[in-house]
Amino acid sequence: MVSIEDYGEFETAWCPGCGNFGILKAIKQALVNLGRSPHEVLVASGIGQSSKTPHYLNCNSFNGLHGRSLPPATGAKIANHELTVIAVTGDGDCYGEGGNHFLHTVRRNPDITMIVHDNQIYGLTKGQASPTSEIGMKTKVQTHGVFNMPLNPLSLAISLDCSFVARGYAGKVSHLTSLIEKAIEHKGLSLVDVLQPCVSFNKLNTFKWYSERVYEMDDTGYELNDRVRAFEKSMEWGEKIPLGVFYVNEKPCFEDYLDVLKSGPLYRNPPATEKVNDLIDSFI
Amino acid sequence: MTPENKLDKSKMVVVEGSYAVAHAVKVCRPNVISAYPITPQTHIVEDLSQFMADGEIPNCEYINVESEFSALSALVGSSAAGARCYSATTSQGLELMHEVLFNVSGMRLPVVMTIANRAVSAPISIWNDHQDAISQRDTGWIQIYAENIQEISDMTAQAYKIAEDKDILMPAMTCMDGFILSHVYEPVVLLEQDLTDEFLPAYEPENILDPKNPLSFGAFADPNYYTEFRYLQEQAMQKALKKIEDVANEFYDVYGRYYGGLIDEYRTDDADIIIMAMGSIVGTIKDVIDKLRDRNVKVGLLKVRSFRPFPVEAITNVLKDAKVVVVLDKNISLGLNEGALFTETKSSLYNTDIRVPVVGYMIGHGGRDIKIDTIEKIIDEATEVMKTGIKIESQFTDVKEELI
Ligand SMILES: Cc1ncc(C[n+]2csc(CCOP(=O)(O)OP(=O)(O)O)c2C)c(N)n1
Ligand code: SF4
Ligand SMILES: [Mg+2]
Repeated sequence: MVSIEDYGEFETAWCPGCGNFGILKAIKQALVNLGRSPHEVLVASGIGQSSKTPHYLNCNSFNGLHGRSLPPATGAKIANHELTVIAVTGDGDCYGEGGNHFLHTVRRNPDITMIVHDNQIYGLTKGQASPTSEIGMKTKVQTHGVFNMPLNPLSLAISLDCSFVARGYAGKVSHLTSLIEKAIEHKGLSLVDVLQPCVSFNKLNTFKWYSERVYEMDDTGYELNDRVRAFEKSMEWGEKIPLGVFYVNEKPCFEDYLDVLKSGPLYRNPPATEKVNDLIDSFI
Repeated sequence: MTPENKLDKSKMVVVEGSYAVAHAVKVCRPNVISAYPITPQTHIVEDLSQFMADGEIPNCEYINVESEFSALSALVGSSAAGARCYSATTSQGLELMHEVLFNVSGMRLPVVMTIANRAVSAPISIWNDHQDAISQRDTGWIQIYAENIQEISDMTAQAYKIAEDKDILMPAMTCMDGFILSHVYEPVVLLEQDLTDEFLPAYEPENILDPKNPLSFGAFADPNYYTEFRYLQEQAMQKALKKIEDVANEFYDVYGRYYGGLIDEYRTDDADIIIMAMGSIVGTIKDVIDKLRDRNVKVGLLKVRSFRPFPVEAITNVLKDAKVVVVLDKNISLGLNEGALFTETKSSLYNTDIRVPVVGYMIGHGGRDIKIDTIEKIIDEATEVMKTGIKIESQFTDVKEELI
C-alpha cells in the first residue's frame, strides 16, 4: 500500500500561503489514490517556483532548464514507457519560454501528464507579467499595464486536439486531486492547467478573486470529445470560470507509433550487437 | 601612464549597481530596449522600465518578450533599421541567445548588452562566475569586464562609442559580476547626461533597412564570399584594440574617470609576481597586494578589461619582466583543465622571447567565496614556482575533498 508519507514531507522555499502547496498536496494524493509507488513515478520540471515541485516529492525527479520541462519528460517516457511521467511547469515556463515545446508536445501526444501551475505571473523572478497575465495588470516591467492579449491555454490545446484538457484550482484540492488522477490515467498527453494564487506578486488574481469566480462544470449530458463545445467552454473567462475536464479525445499516443517499444522499455533492451555484427559481416 | 581617477565626491550618490547601469543606459539615449527577466539581471530591466514609465527615456521603445531568444532577435530587427539598441541578460539567458549572438555580429549590428555574470546549469546556480560570457567568446562580440559599479556604469557609454564606430561596427557585452556588483550599493557618480551628450555622438549608421534605399541583411554567402565576412569581422576586432584605448582616454578627458583601456595595472612596475584576473575579484587582489607589499613581496596585478578583442600586445608588455605569472579564472574549459584567460595568456607568450612560467587557478565557480587567505596562498605557491619551477600548471582552487 502506498501512503502519502512515502512521498515525503520537505521544507519548501515557497511563500506561506502560496497556491503551490495545494497543488503539491493534490499531486501526492492522486498518486497515492492510484497506488503508484514513488519509484514508478518521474516528476520533471523546468525553472520557476512551480518547477521546484520535484524537490518536494520523494520520487524520481528531474529539474532542467527554463521552458524545457516537456522535451526531457518525453525523452524519459520513450526510454522507459513504464514510468508514470508528470511534467510540472509554470505559465511562463510552459506557455512563454517553452511555448514552442508545448505546441509540438501536444501534437506528438506522448503519454505524459502536464500540470501547469498557472499563477498568471512570473513568480520566481519576482512578479513580471506572464503569457496568461490579465490585460491591464501592472508590474515593475509592465509599468503601464499588460496590453498583450493573454494566451488561453485550454483553447489553444483544444485547437491542437490535445487528447485531455482540464482546469483545476489550487484552492479546491480534492477536486484537483480527481482531475490529476484522471489525467494520469488518460493515455496520451493530458493538460491540467491549475489556477494558482501567487500571494506575493499577483495582487489581482488572489484566492478571493478565484474563489468568487470558479465553479465545477457539470460534466454530464454531453460528449467529452465534442471539440466545438469544449472550445466554446474554454473561452468562458471572467465573472465565471469553469473548472473540470473540458475535452477528451482517445487516440493513439506517440509511443504507439514506436515499434521498438513493443518488446519493452528501451532501457531494458540489450544492444543488438550480434545482429549488427552479422549485418556488417554480410557486406565484407 | 595611468591617469588619475578624478571622482567628484559632490556628485556621488549611493545606489545599487543595477540602478547605476540602468541610469547609464538611459543617458546613452537608446531607441529600443528588449529583455527578458532573469536573476541577477532583473533589477536593471525593472529600473529601465520605471524610467520608461516616468517618460525619462524619450524616443525609445521597450519590447517585452517571452524569451531571451526573442529579445535579442527583436533587437536584430531594430538595429538593422537604425536604432540604438540595448539588452541585458545572464547565464541561461545568454546561452539561449547563442545563435542570435552570431547573427548580430555577422550583420555588424552594434548592439550593447550588459551581462550580470552568473554560473550556468546544471547544477542550478544563481551565483557569480564567468562561464556564461566566456562560453560566448567566439561569437564576435566585444567583451569588457568591470571591477566595480562605477566602471560598469561608465563602460556603457564607452561600449556604444566603440561598437558604433564606423571602423568597428561590432556588438559589445559589458560584464559585471552578478550580485557582487549588480545587487550591491556603493557610492558612485551616475553617468552624467550633459557629459554623455558631449562624449557619445548620436548613432548614425550608414547601412540600414530603409524603403528609400533597399538593402538585404543576412543574405546567403556561398563559399566564394563567406571567408571575407569572417576576415572583416576579425579586422574590426583588431581595430577595436586601439579604439578601446582611445575611447577610455576620451572618456577620461570628458568625465575625468579612468579604469584602464584594454588592461589596467596595479603595482606591476618592479613586480616579480604578476596576478592576472577580470571583474570584481580585482578589488580583493589589490587589497592582498597592498598587504604583501608591506612584507616586501614584489607582487602586482594585471587587470584584463577587454577579453575580446584579446589584448595580446598589452598583456605581453606587462608580463615580459615578471618572474612568474598567476592567472585566475572564474571559468573552465572542460577537457583542458584550464580557464580561458590562462590558456590565452599562455598562447600570447608562445613564439615570443619572453620566458616566464605561467600558472593557472580556476576559482570562484558558482559563486564560491574568494577569500583574502586563498589569494595569499596562491601567491605563496607562486613564490615557490619562482624558486623551483612549475609543479602544477593549472588547478582548481578550494575543491572540498570531503564532497567528492
Ligand atoms: C533561459 C532563462 N531565462 C530566464 C530565466 C529566469 N526565470 C526563471 S523562472 C522564470 C519565470 C517563471 O515563471 P513561471 O514559469 O510562471 O513560474 P512561477 O515561478 O510563476 O511558478 C524566469 C523568467 C531562466 N531561468 N532561464
Ligand atoms: S512568489 Fe508567488 S508563486 Fe512563488 S512561492 Fe511565493 S506566492 Fe508562490
Ligand atoms: Mg507563473
